[in-house]
Amino acid sequence: MVTIPAFLILAVVIFGIGAVGVLISRNIIVLFMCVELMLNAANLALIAFSRALNIMDGHAFVFLVLAVAAAEAAVGLAILITIFRNRETINIDRFDMLKW
Amino acid sequence: MTEYLFLVPILPLAGFLVNGLLLGRLPRPVVSFLACAPVGLSFLLSVLLFFELKELPPDARVIEQVLFPWISSGSFLANIGFLLDPLSAVMILVVTCVGFVIHLYSIGYMHHDPCFGRYFAFLNLFMFSMLTLVLADNFLFMFVGWEGVGLCSYLLIGFWFEKKSASDAGKKAFIVNRIGDFGFLIGMFIIFWQVGSLDFRVVMEAAPTVFVAGGALITAACILLFMGAIGKSAQIPLYVWLPDAMEGPTPVSALIHAATMVTAGVYMIARSNVLYLLAPDALLVVAIVGALTAIFAATIGLAQNDIKRVLAYSTVSQLGYMFLACGVAAFGAGIFHLMTHAFFKALLFLAAGSVIHAMSGEQDMRKMGGMRRHVPVTYITMLIAALTIAGIPGLSGFFSKDEILWKAFSSPYGHPVLWVIGFLTAGLTAFYMFRLIYLTFHGKGRMDAHTREHLHESPKSMTVPLMVLAVLSVVGGWIGIPHLFGVTNFFERWMAPVMSGAGHDAASHAPAAGGGDTGMEVGLMVATVILVLVAILAARKVYGQTPELSTRLREKTPHLHRLLFNKYYVDEIYGAVIVRPLVNMSIFLWKIVDVLIIDGLINGFATIYDDISQLLRTGQTGRVRSYATVFVAGVVALVAYFLLG
Repeated sequence: MVTIPAFLILAVVIFGIGAVGVLISRNIIVLFMCVELMLNAANLALIAFSRALNIMDGHAFVFLVLAVAAAEAAVGLAILITIFRNRETINIDRFDMLKW
Repeated sequence: MTEYLFLVPILPLAGFLVNGLLLGRLPRPVVSFLACAPVGLSFLLSVLLFFELKELPPDARVIEQVLFPWISSGSFLANIGFLLDPLSAVMILVVTCVGFVIHLYSIGYMHHDPCFGRYFAFLNLFMFSMLTLVLADNFLFMFVGWEGVGLCSYLLIGFWFEKKSASDAGKKAFIVNRIGDFGFLIGMFIIFWQVGSLDFRVVMEAAPTVFVAGGALITAACILLFMGAIGKSAQIPLYVWLPDAMEGPTPVSALIHAATMVTAGVYMIARSNVLYLLAPDALLVVAIVGALTAIFAATIGLAQNDIKRVLAYSTVSQLGYMFLACGVAAFGAGIFHLMTHAFFKALLFLAAGSVIHAMSGEQDMRKMGGMRRHVPVTYITMLIAALTIAGIPGLSGFFSKDEILWKAFSSPYGHPVLWVIGFLTAGLTAFYMFRLIYLTFHGKGRMDAHTREHLHESPKSMTVPLMVLAVLSVVGGWIGIPHLFGVTNFFERWMAPVMSGAGHDAASHAPAAGGGDTGMEVGLMVATVILVLVAILAARKVYGQTPELSTRLREKTPHLHRLLFNKYYVDEIYGAVIVRPLVNMSIFLWKIVDVLIIDGLINGFATIYDDISQLLRTGQTGRVRSYATVFVAGVVALVAYFLLG
């Protein structure tokens, strides 16, 4: 029987990989994938708690997160394409126009 | 006829607008015509109005024409209105007559000037302002004319503004006049505060009941009004602008700085005579300032070498006479001298202009001499003017000056000391005028050969005005021959209705005075005439017959000569006491207070914010990853805190 801590440790590990990936990756597509990793690590934790406590709230949350992740990927990729058309790069360090 | 009164000032305004708007686009003859015709028409209209006024009974000689209310606010009402009474009638006659003659003269004098149109536009604007000043029916509208003539004076002194001395002189005149105008305004405020109106007729009627005779308020109001007159009419201590004003074209000096504008102060005091009679202390101030200015300026005139400057100091001195007259409550005599002075001083200036014209622009009398053969008309007319101002019996200056001297002696407000000052000034006047005549027209010519060859009499357009003014200088005084010669003094009778208190007093005094006074009057008159003749002979001796005598005289009294030649160092004193501290303070305010403190504070705050922002923005890289790093670090820190803490 796999216990809750095992799920949680796996979730933390995946989340950490995702977070580190977000921080060090220069490629924006890799960055997106890392964000997905983090979201899914959170999903895993939610499901694990849901099952352990035997309530359905976690499941409902996971569906919401999946929907948001899909939407986020669609919008993010659209923005990415627009930026690429203007800048001809997907290197995140070059996208520093937030600063004057 | 009377409904056309407003046209007297409006016609020159039309001339100004046409010439001013079409500046330089019209051929010269058209410009001259457009400038002179309105002034000529104003003169004709003034003559007609004068006769109209004369038809009325003496006490009803007032024509008032209110065009429209100008400022109406609460209880305050100022009209655009014109008032014609014996006083303003004399003034508009003098102003339009002398003005017209000088306009004609200017056509010849300014012939070569590239800015012909601008000159005549300003001259017409001046005529409009001056006529507004004398015809206004309230203090405020008069002040419009008062400022208008000041503006035109500034514009015309600085007419040749490429010359630094000319533009400086213009500024000096304007700034010095501001000081006086400040007093004038405050005086006006006091009158409005107490009376509740600025209309001349209302104020004069109400003044005796509103003000306490001799009280502090009326005295303050009168002295403040007189401050305006001091500035405008170049009295001690604000006379310094007038000699410098000679930088303007000579006809301008004749019109504005001799005949008309500078007499505005005298007119204003005569107009407010009711107020001044309520304030004997203010009258005393007027008389003392007038007398001191008269003798002070006359002594400076003794040692000047610039022909126009001699005349300028002479003007200051004669204006002092007029204020002396006003100060002893002989307002009529003041206006009478104003009129005769307008004629002979305009003539002196125009003749000097003709001399300068012949000398190709040279104004230094030391380089003239022996010119009477070359410019005979100028010589004769100027000689007539000099005899007139000196006060030779029969000429206009004699009657007006003598009346002032007699009033200074005999009036209840007069004093023998005032008479003595006036008497000495008469001698000095005769001396410096004949010094001018002898240096300029007699003796050997001291000009260089080139100038000598070009010596020529001026064109007709300049000599005819000279002759007209010469005739006026001679006969102008005959309307005011004193009673003592067994004729009625027309001028005094004419002015009587305006000079409410003073006029009637003089009339009632005359018969009661008896024979003793008449003897005294004749005695003083004879004394003055003898002094004048002696002064003329002395000038002839020193400057005409033995020129080396003047050099010896100068060497014998080097300090006195230097003092007079440098005009008592008044300009230098003002420079050191007033101008330099003001300039230094301005530099302090500019460089220390404004640039260093005010700008420094504002720029300093900006710089501080800028520096802090520069420091802070180093954290704002604009890169998503660095923000994310901070965010993650924060989360890690929080988690660690809750887990471990």
